[in-house]
Amino acid sequence: MPMPEWLRRRRAEPEAADEAALWTKCPKCSEVLYRRDLISNLFVCPRCKYHFRLNAFDRISMLIDGDFVEIGNDVLPGDPLGWVDKKTYPQKLAADREKSQLSEGVVCGFGTLAGFPIALGVMDFNFRGGTMGTVVGERLTVLLEMARERGLPCIIFSASGGARMEEGMLALMQMAKTTAAVARLMSAGNYFISVLTDPTTGGVAASFAFQADVIVAEARAMIGFAGRRVIEQTIRQKLPENFQTAEFLLEKGHIDMVVERSQMKPALMRLLDYGLGGRKEPAEQKIPELVVT
Amino acid sequence: MNVIVEREKGLLELEKRINALRSLNAEQTLDLAAEIAALEEKYGQLQREIFGSMSPWEKVNMSRHPNRPVSSDFISELDAFDELHGDRHFRDDPAIIGGFAKLNGRRIIVIGQQRGRDTKENLRRNFGMVTPEGYRKVKRLIDLGARLGLPVVSFVDTKGADPGISSEERSQSEAIAQCLFSLTVARVPTVAAIIGEGGSGGALALALADHVIMLENSVYSVASPEGCAAILWGDAGKAEEAAARLKLTSEDLRNFGIIDEIVAEPLGGAHREPAAVIASTLKAVSAALDRLSAKAVEQLIDERYAKYRRMGRWETQSREMAAVT
Repeated sequence: MPMPEWLRRRRAEPEAADEAALWTKCPKCSEVLYRRDLISNLFVCPRCKYHFRLNAFDRISMLIDGDFVEIGNDVLPGDPLGWVDKKTYPQKLAADREKSQLSEGVVCGFGTLAGFPIALGVMDFNFRGGTMGTVVGERLTVLLEMARERGLPCIIFSASGGARMEEGMLALMQMAKTTAAVARLMSAGNYFISVLTDPTTGGVAASFAFQADVIVAEARAMIGFAGRRVIEQTIRQKLPENFQTAEFLLEKGHIDMVVERSQMKPALMRLLDYGLGGRKEPAEQKIPELVVT
Repeated sequence: MNVIVEREKGLLELEKRINALRSLNAEQTLDLAAEIAALEEKYGQLQREIFGSMSPWEKVNMSRHPNRPVSSDFISELDAFDELHGDRHFRDDPAIIGGFAKLNGRRIIVIGQQRGRDTKENLRRNFGMVTPEGYRKVKRLIDLGARLGLPVVSFVDTKGADPGISSEERSQSEAIAQCLFSLTVARVPTVAAIIGEGGSGGALALALADHVIMLENSVYSVASPEGCAAILWGDAGKAEEAAARLKLTSEDLRNFGIIDEIVAEPLGGAHREPAAVIASTLKAVSAALDRLSAKAVEQLIDERYAKYRRMGRWETQSREMAAVT
């Protein structure tokens, strides 16, 4: 299938002219990988199976059949606290926009997955470490509200360092806001699937990510509440290698399943099929022109 | 080291001398009135100097003061209290106390995060840092209140959720997420009072409420100033600066609409006159419950949704950013 136009426009592809851009080193096993092979292998290292952290639009392209109608990208961050540490918050945001080619840490919208119309939210670790500030909270809340209005299932892919400190308590309150929207969606009978990807921690893990009907984790993802360093400092000893991995959480009974990236779309298709009782044909009227009001 | 405890030392010395002179004066062996008055003036001056306008960092220290009233001090002033224990799965977390209670004759569920008052009690109570079992007890009590139609009142006082290995093994994230969920859907009035330190998600798990009260010198923050400084400056020593940036004081948070009401503390902090502070806090809780209980349940739930839905002010921000870029 050719790359949809919206993706071609937005995806940051390395220029082939640059020799360095042709090769990527696996951060886990240090294998040097030909970038085109890496892309065709869904950004999974063929040698050690390390799952590279994905750009939100790459993720969407691996899941959505055709067109993806984005919502909420007009919701943009401000600087409510007038934050300064080593840099000002607006400087950090500008740098992250440049780096990630995204306007904020989550991309939300509507499309079909294997024929099922869904509401989809995908967080991106490249923007402020996927932290949840007011914009991430607002976009996800709008997505959850619209899914409820349209009677659609909602899938959210998390990748987050937690609440965004530069927005202070307004960021923490997004845990409350998204929880309230999840509760409304679920009590209306809508199906909610949470997919935890590397890494899912802090305020995101402790809100919508762990409130879903079904909780899936991508293979080898790091998932937890407290960061590894914080725990190591508290207990003053090294943690075992597999601590807080998706596989560890599966063994402890925290999540429903661990899924390799190559199997993610088929797995979600089956989960949608079980939850919704048979494949729904994409109903045109269910995905109209979307305008956030 | 607690900066408030340090600064208080001079005041406490002075107080001791004044009291000694007073008792001498009462024995009427000497007329010490003039000397006492002079010392009292000095005392007042020093007190205003130290506590007159406290910085955010000083308030962080005040919120952690070892003598500051803890949840059990508030709960023991209720008309009745019967503690309920355990999460029905694993253990009873001593960092949470909760159960049935009565406040001004009204039946309620009360839940509190419990710091210890000395080292021994702190070790038992894990310094008020709640484990997943504690949050599952909280969720159970919220659900119980909702089922029996009892309003839920919580006292918040924690550095943050417990960050240990076993807490991760039993899914701290899920435990907190489910408290938030239960507080969102509870079809009864909910009131939270932040009485000391409100540390991040571990505090929010009890503080999502229809009416949120903060004691004047309490703090409520997305991250501890030390943690924030370590992450953003790479230097935990910048905690004082982080405290100023985080906008964690009661006044800041009322301006942001994140809390609803501030209960005043005497000059020098709540621990100087704990009985008065506890009484005015319980009065504020009771008044909020009167007001919330008068509402129809559907209205209560709708207003709770609207309250948290508004937080973030993204419309204004969107316009501001559009102007900047």
